[in-house]
Amino acid sequence: MRLALRELRRRPGRFVVAASILTLIALLLMFLGGLLDGLIGSSTAAYRAQPGDLIVYSASSRESLVRSRITAETRAAVEATAGVEAIGGLGSLQVGARLGEDPGSRELVGTVLFGYELAPRGLPAEPPPTGEVVADSSLRSEGVSVGDTVLLGPQRSPLRVTGFVDDTRYSGQVSLWGSLDTWRAVTAANRPGQSPGDTVQALVVRTDGAPAAVAAAIDAGSGSTATLTLAAATEALPGVAQQRSTFNQIIGVTALVALVVVALFFALITVERTALYGILKAVGASGATLFAGVVTQALVVTGLAATIGVAGSLALDAVLPAGAIPFEVTPSRLITSVVLMLVAAIAGCAFSLRRVLRVEPASAIGTAG
Amino acid sequence: MSSSPALRMEGVRKTYQVADEEIVALDRADLVVGGDEIVALIGPSGSGKTTLCSIAGGLLTASQGTVVVGGNDISDYTSRQLTDFRRTSVGFVFQSVNLVPFLTARENLLVVSELVGRGGRRRRKDAVARTAELLDELGLADRADNLPAQLSGGQRQRVAIGRALMNGPDLVLFDEPTSALDSQLGDQVVKLIRDEMKDRGTAAIIVTHDDRITHYADRTVRIEDGRISA
Ligand SMILES: Nc1ncnc2c1ncn2[C@@H]1O[C@H](COP(=O)(O)OP(=O)(O)O)[C@@H](O)[C@H]1O
Ligand SMILES: [Mg+2]
Repeated sequence: MRLALRELRRRPGRFVVAASILTLIALLLMFLGGLLDGLIGSSTAAYRAQPGDLIVYSASSRESLVRSRITAETRAAVEATAGVEAIGGLGSLQVGARLGEDPGSRELVGTVLFGYELAPRGLPAEPPPTGEVVADSSLRSEGVSVGDTVLLGPQRSPLRVTGFVDDTRYSGQVSLWGSLDTWRAVTAANRPGQSPGDTVQALVVRTDGAPAAVAAAIDAGSGSTATLTLAAATEALPGVAQQRSTFNQIIGVTALVALVVVALFFALITVERTALYGILKAVGASGATLFAGVVTQALVVTGLAATIGVAGSLALDAVLPAGAIPFEVTPSRLITSVVLMLVAAIAGCAFSLRRVLRVEPASAIGTAG
Repeated sequence: MSSSPALRMEGVRKTYQVADEEIVALDRADLVVGGDEIVALIGPSGSGKTTLCSIAGGLLTASQGTVVVGGNDISDYTSRQLTDFRRTSVGFVFQSVNLVPFLTARENLLVVSELVGRGGRRRRKDAVARTAELLDELGLADRADNLPAQLSGGQRQRVAIGRALMNGPDLVLFDEPTSALDSQLGDQVVKLIRDEMKDRGTAAIIVTHDDRITHYADRTVRIEDGRISA
């Protein structure tokens, strides 16, 4: 071990190439991870902010908010189910918004107007009065401040922004949070065919029992609902599963590249060291000890690369203006990426194991047996 | 001065299989080296000198026969046992210079005890003290922090001798230790080897084909075509 570390210190030049490539891979890995988390975050934050355990859709909605309709009778049935502690309607409208008071403006920002009853994290318990909304803070980067008005949809329905809330984007768009009445009015004005009347799209349910059991009870009792846990509903949001699997495949391939780089580099180095290993074995070093040295070097080099990767993605996160690209740095993502790199390094070393063990101590003295 | 022999080889045979042919490198070799005896082993190239040293030092196992080093019969040792045996009981000095290139003279002496990593602080302290003592004896005290590339051939070979003595071996094997040195330097190194061995009462086999070196040895053993003749 000490020998391996000394070599790293005394001959850093031999490890520079591998370290540089692994650093680039680490940066790529963490950038991809950050992008994935950012994308998923901006698709699902509105759901993750919900204050309940369950989301109730109508049975025919195929777990889609826009296709779902919950009538007042259904709502009453859900409310009456044992284990339901609190219940709130939820409605959404995806619509373009013009910023500022100019109805002729051509600058449209994609927004989702939510009507709520149970306040999501960071929102006032009592929804803003009709005609007012609290906006996701990413709208600030569009130059909107408290007191400004945005005009929604073809009808230019005016909504005054009375505050901001962090991390509630939905479907990659800015969310606006108002009362159910605000949502109903704007929807009726801009989507004449789809006026919600007294329905809502979904119910957010807080339970005081085991959520899964309550969900089953709700669906059995109402006969017309499909109830999901909040986590399942979040995962079922459009595009989430696809984004995750696509990115995870790219991340997997990137980790595989790291593995191959470590494997090739240390295979090369162990070939170069055959004579040295012969001598060390001749004077009493075991193959296991020598291999432990290889693993140590791989872990140090990869660990260094991963550390630079962490620093790089923190730096990127700091310099990127909020909302410029969906990029999110989380400790768990960074830790996962570092662990992934280190595991790839160990797996890569395994390709050199046989070679290190196979070196004959007699090769040191000239009679390789 | 110990009375039991450092090495006892009886009926040792070693063959190499090359393609379909069996090469007999050592045949019916009997050799006893006393506890503090220095034996010069001479013979033409290809006669089996290196093979004999390798077997005596546990680098190779004999195809047949008995090998006892410092009272331990190593004939049937597993490769793991041989590794421990080499680390604790024998010293090697090879023909070509083979120090670890990125370690200083001092670190090259310490490398074996560090590679094991067991034994803790106490043993490490002993090893460090022993290193200083050996470097001093070998005239390398002021070269302790030099890398091999910064040393002359003679100095490097002296570092190798120091490394071979680090574990307090029962037997030290020198395989043509002076072949890379000019004759004057070679003579100095062999004299040094003799002094170090005699000071410690350690047994040694010095392989050479230089007859001039043999007068430093207690006894000369000749080998030809894998057969030993006194
Ligand atoms: N690894 C090996 N494979 C095959 N033959 C070998 C090997 N090592 C040595 N030999 C053969 O064994 C004989 C003795 O070799 P060696 O002990 O190296 O002799 P010396 O050291 O006296 O020159 C030679 O004929 C040599 O060719
Ligand atoms: Mg030889």
